[in-house]
Amino acid sequence: MIFLLMLFVFVLAIFAGNELISKVPPTLHTPLMSGANAISGITIVGALMCAQFGAEGSAAKILGICAIAFATINVIGGFLVTDRMLAMFQSKKKKK
Amino acid sequence: MDNFDPAQAFYLLATALFILGIKRLGKVKTARSGNQLAGVGMLLAIVVTLVSPGIGIQLDWTMVAIGLAIGASIGALMARRVEMTGMPELVALLNGIGGLASTFVALSEFWGRKYGATITPENVILGPDVWGVAVVLSVLVGTITFTGSLLAMAKLSGKISGNPILLPMRHLLVAGSLLGGLALGYLAAFHQGSFDPAIMILGLTACAAVFGVISVLPIGGADMPVVVSLLNSYSGIAASMAGFVIGNPLLIVAGALVGASGMILTIIMCKAMNRSLGNVLIGGFGGDAPTTGGASATEYESVKSAGAEEAAMILDAATSVIFIPGYGMAVAQAQHVVKELGEELESRDVTVRYGIHPVAGRMPGHMNVLLAESDVPYEQLWELERINGDFKTTDVTVIIGANDVVNPEAIENPQSPIAGMPILNAHESGTVLVIKRSLSPGYAGIKNPLFERDNCYMCFGDGKQFLTEILAELKEN
Repeated sequence: MIFLLMLFVFVLAIFAGNELISKVPPTLHTPLMSGANAISGITIVGALMCAQFGAEGSAAKILGICAIAFATINVIGGFLVTDRMLAMFQSKKKKK
Repeated sequence: MDNFDPAQAFYLLATALFILGIKRLGKVKTARSGNQLAGVGMLLAIVVTLVSPGIGIQLDWTMVAIGLAIGASIGALMARRVEMTGMPELVALLNGIGGLASTFVALSEFWGRKYGATITPENVILGPDVWGVAVVLSVLVGTITFTGSLLAMAKLSGKISGNPILLPMRHLLVAGSLLGGLALGYLAAFHQGSFDPAIMILGLTACAAVFGVISVLPIGGADMPVVVSLLNSYSGIAASMAGFVIGNPLLIVAGALVGASGMILTIIMCKAMNRSLGNVLIGGFGGDAPTTGGASATEYESVKSAGAEEAAMILDAATSVIFIPGYGMAVAQAQHVVKELGEELESRDVTVRYGIHPVAGRMPGHMNVLLAESDVPYEQLWELERINGDFKTTDVTVIIGANDVVNPEAIENPQSPIAGMPILNAHESGTVLVIKRSLSPGYAGIKNPLFERDNCYMCFGDGKQFLTEILAELKEN
């Protein structure tokens, strides 16, 4: 039953994602891509939950640490670099 | 579902922030705040997970701290250090790392549960079957995203030739690695009695890694933006599958949002090139592929060339100028000189605009980012549809390192490989100056008859150096 609910949520989210960006100016394609990429770093929540597994030095634990590190690179790098790009677009307007 | 977990309420809030964030990222005015909103959502999700990971789950704080510290410092360093011209590679790299993270989440779950404890309804929220399928898909899609993105990055940076690389029997290899991987995954998740599940799941990872590489190899360098965008969509799907593994709706929703919006963006980008996604993915387009339509890609007759002095004179006499930047401008790092030249012309009451083709460069919006970096006012950047009617009334068009996006063959020769691709109608303007290293073909590997036209002058040389010389000549007058 819970699975069906989650499947519902999954399918609805796909429809929502389809509707969200129907018309995007090419200027924003790169920032949008890198911003969405940062959001896909949400897998960090899964990585953090892996921090419950195993004894010191076990495979599950090492894999979990790697997962946290990789997901954090994705999240921090993604949001910061997107912000850097978008900041350049905005500084123009303030000068005008 | 009996006990209400307050963490879920915060996860819901984070989901709403992601949706608002993506929505706002689609408009120039709100884009920055959209990215920041999504960032706040992410921070919220992380903090809530750390504070209340769920009933009966004990986090290992040393491990969490080490992972977060390493990841945060590497991520921040990469985001700070990157040059604007290296942006496409960085986005590809980050995307690949995100995919790898989802793979590792699934692998850690696999090891933690298969070897640590038996699977019971209590510790696998969605039941062992869903768990098994989700682990396999998460490893598969995450690993494809990783190796595919790394290869895309290598092609973008030129470490690997941007030409399509066609392996013999590649269709067989592609199908074999995918089906083989799925079979191994099935054995790992559901038949652990008869085989060592660890070897099976590593076999799945290896097959997925091979699939990622050989499906990107045949795709040419200039199609990499589409590939990166598609892989971005994959990384969302991988995160969503990881959500099914741990039974967390936040991952499922956020991943699905990225997966779907990434797919739409991919299709928008394909449309800008007048090609279908299938056509891009099958690959073999561009590079050294044989050209159709007779004329060799490098044979030109009656090409006129102009030096910096002559080019400066032509510009001096103009009252309206359009610049068309391409990948060559990015390579030559010429964006700052272009802007200086534009300002010099403006100070002489010349109307200066920039015509931006949607797929100019190696990433959609690549030119916008570079020109924005050098402080070209946003209002001077004109999109293809808005500026195309104005070339007829423009005195001079200056093309800097662009080729295929101004090739009139797309309109005039229905047999051309790029027939139907929207182009900037530079050939309609009074005079065309093409600043380019040589007559070598662009990414599509075909001849550009624009270079032979009467109103066209080739300015051979490095973009940055040539523009600097033109600027110096102009200032002398």
